Amino acid sequence: MASANAKSSFNLARFVLYTLLAVFCIYYLLPLYVMVVNSLKPLSEITAGGMMALPQEWTFAPWLSAWSSAQVGVEATGLRPYFLNSIIMVVPAVALSTMVGALNGYVLTKWTFPGATILFGLLLFGCFIPFQMVLIPMARMLGLMGLAGSVPGLIFVHFVYGIGFSTLYFRNYYAAFPTELVRAAQIDGAGFFRIFWRILLPSSGPIAVVCIIWQFTNIWNDFLFGASFSDFDSQPMTVALNNLVQSSTGVKEYNVHFAGAIMAALPTLFVYIVAGRYFVRGLMAGSVKG
Amino acid sequence: MSISEAANPRGSVVDRLRDALPKIVLSPTVAIVAIFVYGFILFTLYLSFTDSRILPTFGWVGWKNYENLFRIRAWDTAVTNLVIFGVLYIVICCALGLLLAILLDQRIRAEGFIRTVYLYPMALSFIVTGVAWKWFLDPGIGVEAVVRGWGWTTFEFNWIKDSDMAIYTIVIAAVWQTSGFVMAMFLAGLRGIDSEMMKAAQIDGASTFALYRRIVIPQLRPAFMSAFVVLAHMAIKSYDLVIALTGGGPGTATELPATFMYSYTFTRNQMGIGAASAVIMLMTIAAIIVPYLWSELREKK
Repeated sequence: MASANAKSSFNLARFVLYTLLAVFCIYYLLPLYVMVVNSLKPLSEITAGGMMALPQEWTFAPWLSAWSSAQVGVEATGLRPYFLNSIIMVVPAVALSTMVGALNGYVLTKWTFPGATILFGLLLFGCFIPFQMVLIPMARMLGLMGLAGSVPGLIFVHFVYGIGFSTLYFRNYYAAFPTELVRAAQIDGAGFFRIFWRILLPSSGPIAVVCIIWQFTNIWNDFLFGASFSDFDSQPMTVALNNLVQSSTGVKEYNVHFAGAIMAALPTLFVYIVAGRYFVRGLMAGSVKG
Repeated sequence: MSISEAANPRGSVVDRLRDALPKIVLSPTVAIVAIFVYGFILFTLYLSFTDSRILPTFGWVGWKNYENLFRIRAWDTAVTNLVIFGVLYIVICCALGLLLAILLDQRIRAEGFIRTVYLYPMALSFIVTGVAWKWFLDPGIGVEAVVRGWGWTTFEFNWIKDSDMAIYTIVIAAVWQTSGFVMAMFLAGLRGIDSEMMKAAQIDGASTFALYRRIVIPQLRPAFMSAFVVLAHMAIKSYDLVIALTGGGPGTATELPATFMYSYTFTRNQMGIGAASAVIMLMTIAAIIVPYLWSELREKK
């Protein structure tokens, strides 16, 4: 009797538990549902108060409009050119900051020197500063370098402020790598780059993925630098999306806005779904240092 | 090394170069950080004591920008908003994150899937989050219109248009985006707790609630610390979400220091005051981050 009671209360507890978990799933998925559903219906259905309903008439027109013909800022180009800007910006910035981070991590763990920890601390602090602190001098500097308002300028900025985190990842990863192997290779006459290339790099796959995903997500999602250092024709996707949504002229095409928002979210969402494990590892390493 | 140097003096230059190679490899980073982080910090710090308006100028005005800054109503609003937003954001994220982590730690079927769902907003840009919530909370088409459409015609939910309540919509959207991340941090902490100790307490007849309150939660202290530092620094830097969700409005109702700095520097041409506000943001973040980094890096040794 007692055990039957315990069992039913146990089942009740499990039921409550799963219900709660499901409710929170709905909470997190609701905005995504709203975006997807409303990007596929005509504007009239949204303005008639049907935001939560499935489309009565399914249409792909908002997507086409957001991609190639919607008014972004002053021109009716759609988001396509800005999506391309973001890609052109993100690829070199990620590659450069990851490569430099790997070399830095290698030096800071296997060729360490007095003051290396302090140097690393100073480097890390640079990751956390409010970037408002560097906006004014960076605007000047980009002007001096002839990179003002250009995609290469944004690549440079993201590279510079991406080094801190990529160094953090590789440093913590290489710290756990057996130093004896490096010393043995040194005795065998292998040089600095050879050891890096032959011994450390081949086993760096996981952390490279973590680092690339982190940098990609951060740089793709950046808004502050994009808004500060780009011109009309070099804006990244986030800035263009914001312009699309905030533009005050004409009717507010909510369905087009939602389609645009999904476009801006797709690359990072895709990476998250394909390689979520690495994304979470990156998040954790960026906060709880391991 | 010393043997080869003695035997072959011509090789010594090469050898020394080889010894210096690690530092040579590191030097571009050192130069970049020295200029683009610390040099720029000093530059902005200097500007905050000058009469800069549209462009940097170098007429020294002492503390005048700081005195003016604290007299500006919009700055006062921004700081008050940051306190409201920051406290609610951190407390709610931690509470929700802890609750979700504990729920998920009960040997749940499909845990991986649920975790993925809770955490995906973290992969989105704050601009995307802002756009989604902007229209979802909009009284004309969002929640209010939908509930009215269901027959409750007097239902009201117009916080985003209400200057007294708009700041809370920022909290709602920000919590939605980050709470899953806090959950992941706590979950990692929970998984690191010694299960023997929990079993012993269970055998002693401790209830599940007491078990968590007395044994589990105290052990999550490091996770709480990390969550606090990450959330606090994100709160202070919050910019994108405000821009996308409310644009700082209605009026200046949802202005935060980050948006204040931007508008004073780049649209109102008060660069000196903008720089002063950036310095205060940096000081606040440094007060949180420096002790944290210090303790993290010292433990490592």
